[in-house]
This record gives sequence, C-alpha cells and structure tokens, in this order.
Amino acid sequence: MSQRVPITVRVNGVTYQREVEPRLLLSDFIRHDLGLTGTHVGCEHGVCGACTILFDGQPVRSCLLFAVQADGHNILTIEGLAPDPDHLHPIQEAFQDAHALQCGFCTPGFVMTLKPFLEENPDPSDEEIREAISGNLCRCTGYDHIVDAVHIAAEKMRS
Amino acid sequence: MKPPPFEYYAPTSLDEALALMAQHGYGAKALAGGQSLVPTMNFRLAAPSVLVDLNRIPELGYIRPASDGGLLIGAMTRHVQVEKSPKVADKYPLLHATMPKIAHPQIRNRGTFGGSIAHADPAAELPALLRAVGGRIKAQSTRGSRWIPADDFFQGFFTTALAEDELITEVHLPALPAGSGWAVEEVSRRHGDFALVGVMAVVSLDASGRCDQARIALFGVGDGPMLASTAMGVLRGERLTDEAIAAAAEAASQKDVDPPSDVHATAAFRRHLVNVLVQRTLTQAIARATGQEVTA
Repeated sequence: MSQRVPITVRVNGVTYQREVEPRLLLSDFIRHDLGLTGTHVGCEHGVCGACTILFDGQPVRSCLLFAVQADGHNILTIEGLAPDPDHLHPIQEAFQDAHALQCGFCTPGFVMTLKPFLEENPDPSDEEIREAISGNLCRCTGYDHIVDAVHIAAEKMRS
Repeated sequence: MKPPPFEYYAPTSLDEALALMAQHGYGAKALAGGQSLVPTMNFRLAAPSVLVDLNRIPELGYIRPASDGGLLIGAMTRHVQVEKSPKVADKYPLLHATMPKIAHPQIRNRGTFGGSIAHADPAAELPALLRAVGGRIKAQSTRGSRWIPADDFFQGFFTTALAEDELITEVHLPALPAGSGWAVEEVSRRHGDFALVGVMAVVSLDASGRCDQARIALFGVGDGPMLASTAMGVLRGERLTDEAIAAAAEAASQKDVDPPSDVHATAAFRRHLVNVLVQRTLTQAIARATGQEVTA
C-alpha cells in the first residue's frame, strides 16, 4: 500500500532528496522531514494562511500541496528570508518595529505573503495591503499594526 | 487532519492522464490546483484511492481567443494567470472583474479554472459566470470528447455532468452580444471568502433600447449556480426603467430563490441581498450597455 516516491526539492537554496508517501502534506514535509519548523500549521484546510511559503516565488498554502508535488520545485520558507544570521529581512524588522505580532504564530505566513507583494507593489495603499493579507488570519493584533508594519517595510525596501 | 492514503500518478501528457482516469474510474480523482480537493481530503470527507495529478501537463494551461470573439481557457490555467492576463482584461472585462473576487492571493496562485468548474461549489464565481454568459465545457475521456453547455453541466451540490472517466480540458466563454453590458457583485464576510450572495448580470439591448435579453446568474443561494429565470422574464422586451429593475429584483428575491439559513446569514438576509445585488448589477450592466462609465 504505502507507495514511496523519490523527490528532489530545493528549499532555501539547499537541495534535499527524500522519499515520501504521496499523502504527506508539503507543510508536514517541511516541518517534520526537513526540521524547518518556522512554517506554522494552523487550520490545515487552507483558511488561516499560517503555512504560507513561496513555491517558485509565489505564495501558496503548504497544507494544500502534497510533498510529491514539490518534486523539482523551488521553495522559500521563513528560515530562508533573512540575509544572514545577524540581520532580519526588512519585513521582519518592520514587524518588530511596529509591534505587528503578539503570539507570533501567524507571523511567518504574513511575512511570506508580503515578500512578493511588496516586491511587486513598492508603495501600496492601506486597501491594497488589507486585500493582500486577506488570506492570513491573526487573532492577536487586530491587523492595524500589521498594516503599519507593511508601510514601514515598504519604505525600508524602497530605500 | 491528515489525508488518507492513495496511489499517486503524475502524468505528463493529457493522453496519459485520460488513460489513468479510464483505468481507475470511480476511485480516481483528478488533482488540479487542489485548493478544494486537498482540504476535503485533510478532513477525510473525500478519500479517493487514486490521485491523478494534472499539474505536470503543460498543454492544459492557456488562454486563447475563440473564433467567435470569446475566449478558450485551458483547464489547468491558474486563476492568477487569468487575473493578470492582458488578453482577458481586453477581451473579457467581466471575467477580469470577477477573478480578484475568487478566494485569496495564495489560493489564486494554485487554483485552476477547470478545477473550480469541476468542483461546482454553489457559492463559487466561475460556475455562475459560465451560466451568465452561456459558456461551454469541453469534457474529454479515452472515449472521445464532447462540449457540455453550462446550463446542463451544473446539476446540484458539487455535482456535474462529468462522467467518472472524463476530465475538463477546456472552457469556452462566448463573446458577449453586441450592445450588451455586464456586471458582477457579491457580498462576503471578508474579501475573498465565499459569497453569501453573488450576482452576475449580462444585459443586451435592442435597437430601440429595450431589453433584448437579460441573463442573471446567482450564486451562494441555491444548490448550484442558478439563473433568475422569473426576473429574466420580467425584463424581456421591456424598457429598463428603475421600476422594471426593481420589479426584476423583487421577482429574483421572492420567486427565483429559496436560500438556506446558516451560521453566516439567515434566509431572509440572503433574500434581501439578492434584491439589492440584482438591482445593482442590472443598473451597472445597463449603464455599460449604453456606453456609460461605471465605477463599481
């Protein structure tokens, strides 16, 4: 029964070769097989956005993909975002500056959603920001500080 | 929240995929974007024994002009590709206006045009759009291919005319009639959530400015995308005054729908929304049909 499929996946610049059962979710593969636990698992049915990663540069929900589908693809998780161990990415800095997280559970999903958004929209309006983060749930902040952080991050990324 | 085991196939051509569907029949499910199938598997509401992953079949992803001036869209075209396509923005503004209403950016990056139609969620936008414009769905199997009109395709809650070995390969959106206008409106609790009620309207006027045909598709209020037939009948041949629009909206909300009550909205509230949204969409569609600027 338990078919195992060899896959080769590039995650945060590192190439991994593993054998996976087809039903293994990409979110669980990232967390359990690769030990990258920064990708959080909230609802596991595509509603909360906590497990958002970049799949070939585009934000997707990793709980709605099977690991086998990532064969040959390029993934970026929150661990691969900062330029080096001593510095944060501008979006991460802005979240810290604006108090855009409290418990922090949803934060990796927000940050990964925002990276390509800000690269495409260097100076977004409040409305555009709220639409961009509409697929991510945060139960602590009430979102206002997250919107503030996105403006700060946008400014940092422009300069 | 872990999906049950299944056998996995990732064909690289349509022929190979059709052969797998024919071989595995009832137990097999096609995996397109997976944005509805995978959650139902995670909940174990669905437990297909075989998944045929269509994501490695590049020949199914395209947006092409159709000979009638409309569009042909390959089943595996992702929502984001339709949303950002200049061809769609130019040739099919109704579709262009609809795409950002579908779910959230992360979902649109994976979800596919054909997948959304095959899934046939009663609250989804694309099935309703197909009914509003009179679209057609191309179904293929190893037995051959056939075109199914949208009016016959959607048969109830998550139920379509597709046979178990058939895949949607292409969708045809016909050009809207000359002198027609369109509009789409929906109300949801949060941008991108499934609509509590949504309405699409396509109105064409005859030379005298009377209504030649109005197609009004409703979603979120029935067991599938539905036409507001009574309301459409009220408008046919009429001058589209505010009174006519109000009469059509009243007919739609009182006669055409029997909406559900659930945790999100009562039936009475949904009826109210049908009334308001039918008025709004008709007003916008008529304005567009008469060449006026519309800011929705």
